[in-house]
Amino acid sequence: MELLNQVSQFVISGLATGAIYALIGLSFAIIFNSTGIINFAQGEFVMLGGVLTILCINALQLPLLAAICAAVAGTTVIGLVFERLAIRPLKNATPLALIIITIGASILIRGLVMLLWGKDTQALPAFSGNDPISVAGATLLPQHLWIFGVTILVIVGCRLFFHHTISGKAMRACSFNPRAANLVGVSVGRMVLFSFVISAAVGSLAGVIIAPLTMTAYDVGVMLGLKGFCAAIMGGMGSGLGTVLGGLILGALESLGAGLISSGYKDAIAFLILLLILFIRPQGLFKKGETDRV
Amino acid sequence: MKSDKLKFFAFCLAVLLAPLPLSGSYLTNVLVFVGVNSILALGLNLLLGFAGQISLGQAAFFGLGAYGSGVLTSVYAFNPWVAMVVVALAVAAFAFAIGFPVLRLKGHYLAMATLGVGVIANIAFNETVDLTGGPSGLSGIPNLAIGSFTFDTDLKNYYLVWGFALVMILLSLNLVNSRFGRGLRAIHDSEVAARVMGVNARLMKVQVFTLSAFISAIAGSLYCHVMTFISPTSFGFNTSVELLTMIVIGGFGSVYGSILGALLLTMLPEILRTFNDYDIIVYGLLLVVMTIYMPGGLVKGVPALFRRLTPKKAKEGANA
Repeated sequence: MELLNQVSQFVISGLATGAIYALIGLSFAIIFNSTGIINFAQGEFVMLGGVLTILCINALQLPLLAAICAAVAGTTVIGLVFERLAIRPLKNATPLALIIITIGASILIRGLVMLLWGKDTQALPAFSGNDPISVAGATLLPQHLWIFGVTILVIVGCRLFFHHTISGKAMRACSFNPRAANLVGVSVGRMVLFSFVISAAVGSLAGVIIAPLTMTAYDVGVMLGLKGFCAAIMGGMGSGLGTVLGGLILGALESLGAGLISSGYKDAIAFLILLLILFIRPQGLFKKGETDRV
Repeated sequence: MKSDKLKFFAFCLAVLLAPLPLSGSYLTNVLVFVGVNSILALGLNLLLGFAGQISLGQAAFFGLGAYGSGVLTSVYAFNPWVAMVVVALAVAAFAFAIGFPVLRLKGHYLAMATLGVGVIANIAFNETVDLTGGPSGLSGIPNLAIGSFTFDTDLKNYYLVWGFALVMILLSLNLVNSRFGRGLRAIHDSEVAARVMGVNARLMKVQVFTLSAFISAIAGSLYCHVMTFISPTSFGFNTSVELLTMIVIGGFGSVYGSILGALLLTMLPEILRTFNDYDIIVYGLLLVVMTIYMPGGLVKGVPALFRRLTPKKAKEGANA
């Protein structure tokens, strides 16, 4: 019974982290699907979400909700500037060049935050207190509920946007075939910009809702970003629900592994899963294989 | 070909004479690390610049080399030279084994997979405390020695490290101009075309990956014996990025470009002391700006810029 309680505790907290990974994975997929770019700076958007919220609360004395809105808006602007300054001027956009540019940008953002904000780890107060709720022998924090709620909202929102609005459909058109999309009057450049904006917003929101649980600092983005990428890979880069499942599975496995095997190897577990998926099922867990066209 | 040889000899001479005017100042010490980084950058450039395969996990092989040599010599009292060979071969075998699944991936996926290998290796260095000392590091590694001659000063280490570096440079120069090197460049331009022409792309990619791991492991062994102390922070993601920056700045697919990049990036933090922690910002900026405006690195970019600034001369040159 003791073990069962422990396991359900690990699973619940794992699923909450997994929901965050799912959101970050989704933000990876949004950019990838409209541009074919894996944005290595994605984790920094997540970090900026948390850091900017704390900054708005401490420095500007904003109430929580306003601070969150300001932080998400701020990150979105940074995403927009990033696309304009680093991605658009690139003439010969080989994958190699894009990888190096986005890595460079991520280091730059991280470095600037370190310079302006320092290296301290800070916590955001939980949105609605810390009184634990008992569910099936495990305790659940109110923040966990916030995470699940926001994740569901964002995923439903994205689904509606990409499938039921003209802009969303235009962005999907770009991902299928940018040239054809251009021919029917979609401005591909603008859609690329849009994708960075939406992706930055989703990523930063993930950073905001996890900040009360894990604390935040200038360098949390690296790991969160990589694990979000892992979730996206598990979900096959795109299919909305696949990424969510990927994130949840990853979070639960990681939490179980950390709890039952060794907490020091927690991060290694995620990367081992990433490598295994890349080696064995690079098309994702839930997708059928596609043939490569040359 | 003759000018290539001349260039190499001139470079050897420069390496030989460089420490003389410094006469034991701490710059000699910096130049030792320029040597180590040159070997590492060269190893990565073979993979990235020539074969076009990115690796964000070079620090893993560097670290495996350093920890392998460090542990074998300090804990198990191996002869350092024997340890160096054993470790380099073991690391190469490891790279060969993971090379087949890893290099089947392309572009972003390859970057992420190699990054994963790097992160896992770094976690292993941190967590295997009994063997590696974990985060507090491994100390008491002996210096290298030949008989009673010990490499224990900066100047001796300088010639030791650069001796190895020169051998690696010669090896790379020969390799690049060989059948193997041409095959690699063909893979870089178009893997499909290369395979159609009969290049065994899959095997060659793994071979160059293995070679690059081997070179990095040697650099790691040298590093641990020069430092006599190592800790996991020297073999993390930042190191891999730093190596990438060296190549981007020096020049993709250029042997001397790797050395130039290593020189600049190792000296930069020394010269700009005020930056201390913040030099990482400079790396980030350099990566972005260089990739956008000078994608061939300084080695190709500066002559091109020069030609552009003096258009008249360039035309005359073209006519001649």
